[in-house]
Amino acid sequence: MSAKPKIAFFDFTSCEGCQLTVIDALQTHLGLLDLVEIVQFREAMSEKGQNYQIAFVEGSCTRKSDEARLLAIREQASAVVALGACAHLGGVNSMKNRWPIENVQTYVYGQNGKDAYESYPARPISAVIKVDAVIPGCPIDRHEFLRVVQMMLQGRTPRLPDYPLCVECKLRENACLNTLGILCLGPITRAGCEAICPSYGDGCEGCRGWHPEANFDYMREILRGHGLSDHEIDARFTMFNHYQMEQMSGHAPLSEAVAPVTDTSLPTSSFAAPKED
Amino acid sequence: MPENIKVNVHHVTRVEGHGNIVVDVRDGTLEKCELQIVETPRFFEAMLRGRPYQQASHITSRICGICAVGHATASLRATERALQVQLSEQTKLLRRLAFHGEILDSHILHVYMLVAPDFLGVGSVIPLATSHPDIVKRALRMKKFSGDLCQTIVGRHTHPIAMTVGGFTHFATVQELVELRERAEALIADVDATVELFGTLPWPAFERETEFIALVQPDDYGLIDGKIGSSDGYELELDDYRQVTNERLAPHSTAKHAAFNRDSYMVGALARYNLKHQHLSPRAKAAAAHLGLSAPCYRPYLNSAAQVVEIVHCIDDVIQVLDTLIERGIEREDPAPVTLSPHARGVGACDVPRGILFHEYQIGEDGLIEEANCVIPTGQNLANIDRDMRALVPSILTEPEEQITLKLEMLVRAYDPCISCSTHFLNVEFTGK
Ligand code: SF4
Ligand code: SF4
Ligand code: SF4
Repeated sequence: MSAKPKIAFFDFTSCEGCQLTVIDALQTHLGLLDLVEIVQFREAMSEKGQNYQIAFVEGSCTRKSDEARLLAIREQASAVVALGACAHLGGVNSMKNRWPIENVQTYVYGQNGKDAYESYPARPISAVIKVDAVIPGCPIDRHEFLRVVQMMLQGRTPRLPDYPLCVECKLRENACLNTLGILCLGPITRAGCEAICPSYGDGCEGCRGWHPEANFDYMREILRGHGLSDHEIDARFTMFNHYQMEQMSGHAPLSEAVAPVTDTSLPTSSFAAPKED
Repeated sequence: MPENIKVNVHHVTRVEGHGNIVVDVRDGTLEKCELQIVETPRFFEAMLRGRPYQQASHITSRICGICAVGHATASLRATERALQVQLSEQTKLLRRLAFHGEILDSHILHVYMLVAPDFLGVGSVIPLATSHPDIVKRALRMKKFSGDLCQTIVGRHTHPIAMTVGGFTHFATVQELVELRERAEALIADVDATVELFGTLPWPAFERETEFIALVQPDDYGLIDGKIGSSDGYELELDDYRQVTNERLAPHSTAKHAAFNRDSYMVGALARYNLKHQHLSPRAKAAAAHLGLSAPCYRPYLNSAAQVVEIVHCIDDVIQVLDTLIERGIEREDPAPVTLSPHARGVGACDVPRGILFHEYQIGEDGLIEEANCVIPTGQNLANIDRDMRALVPSILTEPEEQITLKLEMLVRAYDPCISCSTHFLNVEFTGK
């Protein structure tokens, strides 16, 4: 037993869908359990081992106390793998970064509740600790997960495809959605999911992040051709990649409408907030 | 018997989320007993502001990886009701299939991987694979089917791809449906064995009367749309959901607490069983009898038994819906059209694995979301869990601390709290000094 590398799973701010995908992958590839020993997996087991070599981290860093936990994981693990878009990019969590944090807190919890829960703008884990490998996607692709684990066990460094999703989509002989009036971010998105969304008739939303040569101006032109306003285009660009777009702002500025709101006034609507006693 | 008890289970494992149970007994009196939510909130409602309505279901499915189809469905229904979309019969049937796929997946995960290890005395499903390989293999077969069902209809369970406002972007072929039909039929032996297994488990006898809330429809065990039914004899329109959920902030938890006619209510499989057991399939009714369920049932631990009953019902319903679709044939329909108008509001509701879920949006004439609210089942159950724990603890105080801890953890697990939703959940903290 002791010769097997020990692996552990951790979750931060996430929907836990990536961990569920790992459970699914294990179901069809039980052999993986012969190669590694899982010492922590909160979603599937009560046992907690503190001794591990590879840490898989799901979720974004969204509060100060997450940083210490991430640093402790980094300290222990010889390799840290970002599991899914939340950890890799900030993912859906980073959509809230558009507003000052008090604004989102007040909208959801009201004036009285806004300070009850610690939170700050969402970031990928690489903003806090060094990350050795990434498994992109929202959720991750189970085959890619298995491939990455195998490569790491062989001491190799997994590499992500550095070409656009369209390459995979064409290989699957899909009719291009952008020519059918359905918007798709395939031209700027990093390949690796075998274009699963376009294959099911729905445009890519960029959950794997952008490929290195992504041409945003060209993508904007395509989306304008669909009749989208700049605001709508930015809404598309920022569903999973708000944090990335913030970081890249010089190269791909967001339009006013989606750019971070600097106005610090709090929302007055109580649509989502609980009753105040 | 200990006079002072301190239970402190941090990050109760095997619930999908994080939470703490805190129990404080001093000199034999219960001072404090509550479920604390410790995870960071995610602010989905705030994030939806300013987003095109077409993105809402894709964004909100990311609230929870386990209830992804449920959130997408509630989201689509809210949008569709705001934008006056009329769905085709085929769309309703296909959505029902995807929805059942998720109920099956979630219930199987919960009863086999999270509940069964408690009763069989193992820490988790991983040692269970060694001690009871047949049980785990059966669970995996059933889970594989539910995953494949979702995949065939919507591309993926987490997160569904092909569900969109007004319909679908992809259509399974009749041939694929025929294959699913055969597999569903073949699964009945596993379903029967599941009922057998859970029929042998010693469910704790604890009971406490409470109010149950579920979606009700006149002649169906329907899980999407309907009215809000209460076991206290009320029936409300979906638009009036705020009267029921009445969200308030509890100081110790990130989720908002809910209360309708009493100081708490319960949602989920047991609530549905109590409110609409008469519409279960005949086989599901027989399963309920075998598992010792009879309405009204006030034993929260039996929520897991009610989930087993729903596994039976859903498989039967899947077969029936597949038969209907196979006979009708599948048409590649365009999504039904939307009508935009100023400040259009819509409420969508469905009864997801853990109970009734509401989404409400206000959408502007420009198609951008102006306001959003999501009320998740676990949030609605929290107040009820607190009250159950307070009723339970005094009756088990004489037991050893590990027993108390296990029973409390099992109680919370019976509710199947999915905390990624509001946020996340679970720890037991005995803090007596
Ligand atoms: S990346 Fe997506 S699927 Fe994975 S945890 Fe985050 S929201 Fe869930
Ligand atoms: S559908 Fe999307 S991914 Fe496929 S070729 Fe067209 S733009 Fe590229
Ligand atoms: S097609 Fe795009 S949105 Fe879909 S999984 Fe692949 S990268 Fe993510």
